[in-house]
This record gives sequence, structure tokens and C-alpha cells, in this order.
Amino acid sequence: MLIRKPADIPTSEITPETVYQQRRTFMGQSAALIAGVGLTAASSRVSAGLQEDDEITPEQIVTQYNNFYEFGTDKSDPYANAGALTTDPWTVSVSGAAKKTGDFAFEDVIKGLTPEERIYRFRCVEAWSMVVPWMGIPLKSILQQFEPTGDAKYVAFKTLYRPEEMVGQRSFFSSIDWPYVEGLRMDEAYHPLSIMVTGLYGKELPNQNGAPWRLMVPWKYGFKSIKSIVSIHFSERQPVNTWQALAAHEYGFYANVNPAVDHPRWSQASERRLPSSIFNPNRRPTLPFNGYADEVAELYRGMDLRKFY
Amino acid sequence: MRALNVRRLKALLWAILSAPLLWLLVLISQELRQPNSALGPEPSEALLHYLGEWALVMLLLAFAVSPLRRRLHWPPLGQARRLVGLFAFTYATLHVLTYLGLYVQFQLAEVIDDFVHRPYITAGMVAFGALLLMAITSTQGWRRRLKRRWQQLHRGIYVAAAFAVIHLLWLRKDNTLDSALYLSVLIFLLVERAVFYWQQRQSRELGS
Repeated sequence: MLIRKPADIPTSEITPETVYQQRRTFMGQSAALIAGVGLTAASSRVSAGLQEDDEITPEQIVTQYNNFYEFGTDKSDPYANAGALTTDPWTVSVSGAAKKTGDFAFEDVIKGLTPEERIYRFRCVEAWSMVVPWMGIPLKSILQQFEPTGDAKYVAFKTLYRPEEMVGQRSFFSSIDWPYVEGLRMDEAYHPLSIMVTGLYGKELPNQNGAPWRLMVPWKYGFKSIKSIVSIHFSERQPVNTWQALAAHEYGFYANVNPAVDHPRWSQASERRLPSSIFNPNRRPTLPFNGYADEVAELYRGMDLRKFY
Repeated sequence: MRALNVRRLKALLWAILSAPLLWLLVLISQELRQPNSALGPEPSEALLHYLGEWALVMLLLAFAVSPLRRRLHWPPLGQARRLVGLFAFTYATLHVLTYLGLYVQFQLAEVIDDFVHRPYITAGMVAFGALLLMAITSTQGWRRRLKRRWQQLHRGIYVAAAFAVIHLLWLRKDNTLDSALYLSVLIFLLVERAVFYWQQRQSRELGS
């Protein structure tokens, strides 16, 4: 049986009161208030490393302007096309170096695990960013249920492959080799900031944001946080993630947010915080590890981050 | 079609080619009244892409004028070529100004960094440079002054069209329908010209 103990939260992860109050104002204004009170009352609240000027991005932008290439390459495509996706029933297949492998119903995998609200900055590799109130379960509590063995050094995830419901997977032009694959080192996966998201803004996770569940690793570029997951594979060898397979010189395995290492085609030194206005792209400097260096830099001690990007 | 004289053709082209710009004005006025309504969460980015895409469309259109005139045996088209080219230049200029003013906010260091390190920006600037030279020398006066050189200079349309398409292809993360479409149109127009000049040479050699 899995015994859950509260995560060790350093004081740096505790929300500053000003931000907390902004959040209250925001929640008060939003229609999610009623649902939100019910959901958050029972759960702990973590907004790791949030800065004074980090304001929560409006829900409409988070749910209507994002990348999910399975539904098209435009940022308005996921919202327009994800309605076709059926998420019930949802089966998760677990394989590789673990004691409990096989096919599991999604409800059984998350049974007894309570989602917590986590307000994280979200930094896309395309140099735009948001601040999102996710509802999620620590990834560690999910993965431990399958009792990974000592051989499990990495964990790889796969997105659903269902071209009849995912119009982007039918694209004749795309060079992406579906299904989408992403992976983490086990110590990254077990880090308390890594969560499996099942909701946002106190509501169920919408299809276009990766229903019924998606990864969220806030110190990595957004493409690492794979959506609509159907497969979990534990392995000794480092998996090759989709973007790395497509362009290894542009996208690495680690994908840690790093202002000092540019994407070959654009700078990563700054980011455009959404929403912006027509006369001001709302640029701000990008922080190492997306501002979570205090919590996660230790994981990469001694590694050349220019080489392992 | 024969009823269309040069004057009417030009008026028609003016109406069609300025329509995207007029529509943009509607979008901008809406956007100014209610932020993030007409141009989305990233208005400067949306503006940049809108102008860039239309600049590319008009550039390819200008590149298609000569073969169309040849194939349709319709000389008025040739006289409208400059108009189409100048529209392409106008959209490209607005695109570049949006990049300089709204996107990098006139930070010269960033522009230089982009130019040196981002091949797609370098490609875009090469395309714009060619367009700029052609726009400046598009007057009758320059045409007379440069004589044979004018024709050579205005082969810059090849450079502009090719590099504008490369600019788009290089900035995309994955291949998409529209980039494939622009590339196909470019290749088609290049092949058409290659075939035409080759045939011309053949017939000249046969004649001599």
C-alpha cells in the first residue's frame, strides 16, 4: 500500500501573501469560485517560486491559445479541434522495469490521490510564457504505485495515437512521428514539483489542454509536459523524445529552461508573458530553470547544461 | 478579360491588394477598443505574422505576373507588374517595421544579434533588401538611368521570392500545409521560367 506523506516544502515555495491575495481577487472574480472552494478546501496549495509580478493568466487564454500539435499547428487549433476527442474510457498501459505492469483504467490509477492546486509559471520553447493554476497529483505518488525496480532510471510517456479523433495526426505535411513521446530521469520524475495534471482553474482538465491527464514539469520547456498520456514505460536507457527525434540540434532530452542556451533559431534570454498588448510584447527576462533553480538546480550538479540542453 | 484595359486592371488590383490592409485596420481598431479581442493574446505577434504572410502572397503574385502575361498573351498585365511589386514592398515594410518597433522595441543590439545568429531573420532581411532596392529603382527615371542594369537589378525578384519562402520555412517548427503551398508555388514558378528560357534558347539555336 502506498503511504502518502506530505511533501517537504521549502519556505521559498510558499506563496508570498501579496500573490496569495491577488489569487483570491482573481478567484473571486472568476466563475470558478464555487467549484474552486470545494476543490481547494481539501487540498494543500503550492505556488513555488512565484514572483511578485507573476499574475495568473486569464483562463480563456490558457484554454484557447496553446500548442497541441495532435490537433493542428496553430495555437487556436487545439481549442477548435479537441472537442472530437473521447476521454472515457481511458486506459493507461504500464510497462518496463516495474513490478506492476499491464493495462489500468485511468480512474483506478488516480483513485485515492487528491489533486492539489499548483500555480506554476509555464515557459514555452517558443519564448512565450503564462502563469497557470493547475490541479495535479505529485508524479511520484502515481509512479510509485507501479513499484519501479532498480533498473528504472528513466520514465517515458506516450500521448494517445488516434488519428480519427486527432486531426493533426492525419496531417500529410507534418514530419512528426506519432505518437508523441516524452521522458524524464527518475529523480526528475520524483521531484516534488513534478505533477500529473488533472485540472486547471479548479475545473476538470479540458481536452485541448491534455485531458484526462498531462504532465507538468515547471522548470522545463512546455513541450516536455506531454498531454493525454496513455503509456508509461520505465527503462534503464534514456528515451528519445519526439522533438529531439525531429531536430536533435534544437531540442534535447533535458529541455531545462535556460536563458544562457539559445534555441539555434531564436534567443531564450527573454520571454513574452501572455497576454500582451499591441504596443508592448510584455517581455521579461527568462530565469534559469524558469525560476525554480533553488528547488531543482541540485539535480543537474556537475552537468554541462550547454551540452545537455 | 479583353475589356479590361490597363487603367481598369490597375484599379481592380488596387482594390484587391489593399483589402487585407483595410481589414487589418478594422482589426486594430477593434483591438484598441478591447485588448486581446481581435488580435488574440499576442497582438504584436499576430500583427507580425499577418503582415508577413500577406507580403509573401503579394511577392509570389508579383513573381507570377511575367509568366501569366506570357501565357495569356495579355500585355496590360506587364504594366501592372510594378503595382503588385510595390504592394508586396508595402506589406513587407510594415512587417519589418512591426518587427523593429513592436517586437524588439527598437533595441538595436537585439536586431544585430538576430541578424547574425538567426538564419531565418537573415534570410528575411536579404529578401527585404532586394525588395527595397527594386522599390527605390522602380520609377521610370531610374529605369532610363540604369538601362540594361535595371533589368539585371530587377531579377532581384528571384532573390526576394526565394529568401522570403526560406524565411518562412526556417522559422517553422514543423512543416505545415501553408508553408508547403508557398514552397510549391515558388518551385512551380522557377521551373516554369527555367523551361521557358531553355525553350527560347533552343529555338534561337535552331534559327541561327
